[in-house]
Amino acid sequence: MQLGAKRWLFAAVLVALGVSALSGHFNRFYLGVAIDVGISIILAVSLNLINGYTGQFSLGHAGFMAVGGFTAAKMTLLLAPVVPEAAHPALFAGSLFVGGTVAALAGLTVGLPSLRLRGDYLAIVTLGFGEIIRVIFQTSETFGAATGLTGIPKFTTLFWTWSVAALTVYVVASLVNSTYGRGFLCVHDDEVAASAMGISPTRYKVTAFVIGAFFAGMAGALYAHHKQVLKPDGFDFMKSIDIVVMVILGGMGNTVGVILAAVLLTVLPILLSDIAEYRMILYSLLIIGLMLARPQGLFNLRRRAERSPAAN
Amino acid sequence: MDWLQQLINGLALGSIYALIALGYTMVYGVLRFINFAHSDVLMLGAFAAFFLAPVVGTIFPAQSYLGAAVIVIIAAAICAAIGMLIELLAYRPLRNRPKLTVLITAIGVSLFIEYTCQHKAVFGARTRPFPKLIPDHNFHIGGIVIGNHDIVVPVVTALLLALLWLIVQRTKIGMAMRAVSFNPQAAALMGVNINRIISFTFGLGSALAAVAGILYAMKSPGIEPLMGIQPGLRAFIAAVLGGIGNLPGAALGGLLLGLLETIAGGIPGISNYRDGIAFAILILILLFRPAGLLGEVKTEKV
Repeated sequence: MQLGAKRWLFAAVLVALGVSALSGHFNRFYLGVAIDVGISIILAVSLNLINGYTGQFSLGHAGFMAVGGFTAAKMTLLLAPVVPEAAHPALFAGSLFVGGTVAALAGLTVGLPSLRLRGDYLAIVTLGFGEIIRVIFQTSETFGAATGLTGIPKFTTLFWTWSVAALTVYVVASLVNSTYGRGFLCVHDDEVAASAMGISPTRYKVTAFVIGAFFAGMAGALYAHHKQVLKPDGFDFMKSIDIVVMVILGGMGNTVGVILAAVLLTVLPILLSDIAEYRMILYSLLIIGLMLARPQGLFNLRRRAERSPAAN
Repeated sequence: MDWLQQLINGLALGSIYALIALGYTMVYGVLRFINFAHSDVLMLGAFAAFFLAPVVGTIFPAQSYLGAAVIVIIAAAICAAIGMLIELLAYRPLRNRPKLTVLITAIGVSLFIEYTCQHKAVFGARTRPFPKLIPDHNFHIGGIVIGNHDIVVPVVTALLLALLWLIVQRTKIGMAMRAVSFNPQAAALMGVNINRIISFTFGLGSALAAVAGILYAMKSPGIEPLMGIQPGLRAFIAAVLGGIGNLPGAALGGLLLGLLETIAGGIPGISNYRDGIAFAILILILLFRPAGLLGEVKTEKV
């Protein structure tokens, strides 16, 4: 991944652009699925930075997605009528960035208490933050209260989704493979040893939360402009669990595995839609079976860490 | 007088949270993981009572305290068995694995119970009215009205807490539970059968959850397969609030959370945020006491 990562990023954006140019010829349904897959990849890879690489068990990723989604959707809803048609792509790019940035600020506020908390306590606090964010959107009239936002312009295309996905993978992969980024793995493996080596666990944890939340916010913005309706209910704790399952299934701290898991878990429900009533039962059995048989993740071929993740 | 009314309502709600929180905290004490399936055992307890009520009604007088007690005891026994079964099938094979693996399995078990019960061949997703187990009776004291339910709940909780205290502090198996919680390896070396103790802990916690589920269902408009999620989440917060793994802490956290939630629900401007309040309180308290109210702060040693 590290060698020529920039070339990979460039190639991925080019492919996305090429496929997007031809998207008029594709079945709209499959196109929608491809966008869903891209959004799942962004969410799973960004959570993998927090959960997998840094070892901070977070259950609030859907909350960051909601922050980014609602911020960006509100921005385009307000500005789209006054901005000329030609400037819409720029507006969308701006809303993606703003959505990501506001989510990153939310990530900072969640990251700060994580200085003192660990393990289960951190998990419950992140879960709590996610729920608080949902309640705020559910009550706030500005964001449409319980009905949420509707009539969001359809700006999300295959190109945008897969470009952001490629960017996420690039940033996370080159970050953890950099000299600086080894600190994330160090904090994951042993916090005490990390601080003894002059690595500040606090700084790395907060950095992981901020970067992870930024991309989750972008994913939320893409999602909002893809589905065109945004309901606070859709960002509850179950959504966070879904993303966590992708990370676990792919293998914690294994970017390629996590991408494959995100693809699988997004496409599988659609393939199983004929037996919809058994689908979720199968999903839960899959989680249990996987944990019993392959706890290191389905796609983790080399086992990096023999030690327990998120120990203490 | 209004605040007194709120206080009594809060006490009843808090007692239910406390009962559920005890199950979370006991399992955490022996296995060091959060049993996400606990909130579904609570739901199963309510459903057990739902199906038992007509059967028991033919033997004991319907809507009587005696009949209700019989229903509660049978439902608690059923749930204890279910709790032990979950532990045996899903958690025991993972005994020496990383805690995160067990946590994810617990989420899987929880989803499995919820979705299986939602299937139309099992309970179905619709809400069913919960049968009346005890007669309605209101006491008028001064200017306030106290329903008998609001008295029954704290009394039942207090009795169960006393019973639990006796089991944990005064019996041999309770001593073994404390030993396993303190140090599993050392307990095993002293001849404690760890698997038996863990199984017993799950049974005990699940029985308490069943009672809590029935008490909760008696107050709510109806029961459905996802009814356990909200009280379960609150109880989980209560357990963390009191310091997870700490039994008095769970009871205290539950009562506190119930009271604060009821009081906040009564203040006009805040009542919309009721669902978020529990979490906000939790985060504030954890910022100042990272191990919960009664939890011990452990310094990490190399």
